[in-house]
Amino acid sequence: MSKLLNGLIARFDSPGAAMHAAEAVRDAGYTKWDVVTPFPIHGMDAAMGLKRSFVPRFTLLGGMTGFTIGMSMIWFMNAYDYPLVVGGKPLFSPMFAFPVSYELTILLAAFGTIFGMFFLNRLPMHYHPVLKYDQVHRGTDDAFFIVIEARDPKFSRDGARKLLESVGGTDINELED
Amino acid sequence: MDRVESHTAGAHGAAHHAGPAVLREVNPAILPRPTLVENDRSFNWITEKICGIIEEETPRWWWISFAVACFVASFTLVGLVYLVTTGTGVWGLANPVNWGWAIVNFVFWIGIGHAGTLISAILCLLRQKWRTSINRAAEAMTIFAVICAGIFPLFHTGRVWYAVWPGFLIPFPNSNYIWPNFRSPLEWDVFAVSTYGTVSVLFWYVGLIPDFATVRDRAKTRLRKIMYGIVAMGWRGSNRHWSNYEMAYLLLAGLSTPLVLSVHTIVSFDFAVSLIPGWHTTIFPPYFVAGAIFSGFGMVLTLMLPLRSIYRLEDLITQYHIDCMCKIILATGTMVGYAYAMEFFIAWYGANPYEGFAFINRAFGHYAWAYWIMISCNVITPQFFWFKSIRENTTLVWVLSIFVNVGMWFERFVITVTSLARDFLPSSWGYYSPTVVDIFTYFGTFGVFCFFFLLFIRFVPLMAMAEIKAVTPQADPHHGHSATHH
Repeated sequence: MSKLLNGLIARFDSPGAAMHAAEAVRDAGYTKWDVVTPFPIHGMDAAMGLKRSFVPRFTLLGGMTGFTIGMSMIWFMNAYDYPLVVGGKPLFSPMFAFPVSYELTILLAAFGTIFGMFFLNRLPMHYHPVLKYDQVHRGTDDAFFIVIEARDPKFSRDGARKLLESVGGTDINELED
Repeated sequence: MDRVESHTAGAHGAAHHAGPAVLREVNPAILPRPTLVENDRSFNWITEKICGIIEEETPRWWWISFAVACFVASFTLVGLVYLVTTGTGVWGLANPVNWGWAIVNFVFWIGIGHAGTLISAILCLLRQKWRTSINRAAEAMTIFAVICAGIFPLFHTGRVWYAVWPGFLIPFPNSNYIWPNFRSPLEWDVFAVSTYGTVSVLFWYVGLIPDFATVRDRAKTRLRKIMYGIVAMGWRGSNRHWSNYEMAYLLLAGLSTPLVLSVHTIVSFDFAVSLIPGWHTTIFPPYFVAGAIFSGFGMVLTLMLPLRSIYRLEDLITQYHIDCMCKIILATGTMVGYAYAMEFFIAWYGANPYEGFAFINRAFGHYAWAYWIMISCNVITPQFFWFKSIRENTTLVWVLSIFVNVGMWFERFVITVTSLARDFLPSSWGYYSPTVVDIFTYFGTFGVFCFFFLLFIRFVPLMAMAEIKAVTPQADPHHGHSATHH
């Protein structure tokens, strides 16, 4: 059974080289491609032409949910379901409900942020073709890789290889699906 | 950055066309920044160094410390079993001091945790990059300190299982239709501390994912590959992932910052919302937060300085890092000292006889010994950090950091016990002393803390490798040819 081609991977040895190469790949019009780096590189998002992350929307959603749950839970418990008079104070006031609602806002916003990030990144994913490449362990250590995927509409085996070579990529290999 | 500067320079130049050309020249002053990783270490060196700690054979000192920690932790276990089987009376809580070491230890441990969140969240938002070498261990410290803190309020209820079921603390529907009273600061504590614990764990774990991936990729044995593989979640260093990850990390830092301030503020409400003289003051929230950060940094130094010398981490935890932490201790310690003075001043200026008596009694009454230990450790100790020669003497810094921890424990003791032991009616005055069970349970929590911390050292990368690599000079994509840009 012949293995399917997933894409081409090329190695770069410095963050600067990887970033210049990324700019070239972006300008060549590729869309299904990625850079593998051991740490986030300042400016790489612009070099890849990535938009601002969507994670904050999940945070906002989580935070609003938390605050609403907090306020309505406390009103339901102490003023509606079992009205509790303490020291002749009103059955419900946003003041005494605030600390708990505030903590719930932060708790659910944090959950929203983290699970939103996992969702957007499609994690956990243990079977990605990049992980099968025998040199990729250097991508979490000290090397930088650019992957151009075969499903990119502009992809051709020779064209992508030429592009990666022209921007200084070394050790260009084919990834198997 | 470059583009922004040249753009403003252009606009500025256009507005003052008539002026001499020299006015249009922009020559931004470059502030000299201390290097965060010394001796020009490479990316690979950082990986080898930090992964090496968890990949090497378990050192003998670790086994010895682990055995000692387990032994000490057993004191807490025995103490708690005895408490649950016998009753809360074994903790020496009686009228008028119904809250002794239980709340003292709770506030103490919660405070210890705060430096971890401060380092990881507030310093992250303030772009203080020196945080990267110490944030991982400090966050671990936070989590373990919160575990130790949680023991005390939970067990002071006696039958701890009632906290969860039938919902006297955590609101669950139960057969008596009783809900928790949300007007009580103790109930706020439940939410504040559990949220703090949860968010600290999440923050810590998110920071760990890329480093777990590094460990997974280097793993030699199948077991390590599988275990680290599971926790790394298939992280592969994709920049599309980093983009979301960095945004998430920044947001978590933004969420943790008000969280850490609110947690200790709410802890201080346990006192400040009451009417007891010496507690009923508005200075409590900021003063407790400053104290928490003060004691937390004390504990960070107490833990990190021995680790630095055992694992030869001087290139990563540099003198600059120690300086920064000492200066934070100096600043927060001075704030705490200011708060002590201000409490006295307001007690006099407020002209409330009970309040005035509470403070004079603190300083000169039966607990004066505790008060003066507190003053010497918390107000005098940090002042040594004004001197560079002292900040550079690692042994001395370590000793002083322990004094900070001792002092902050006494601060909570003084606040809690002196106010309760001498309240409004002389007929109900008393003198509180802890029981043996109190002492053993508290002593044991240091074992609990060390038990977790030693496991952390052994199995988790001690420092945030990815973040440290990102603050090295060679991580800057313009490194090496920055001259062309300026």
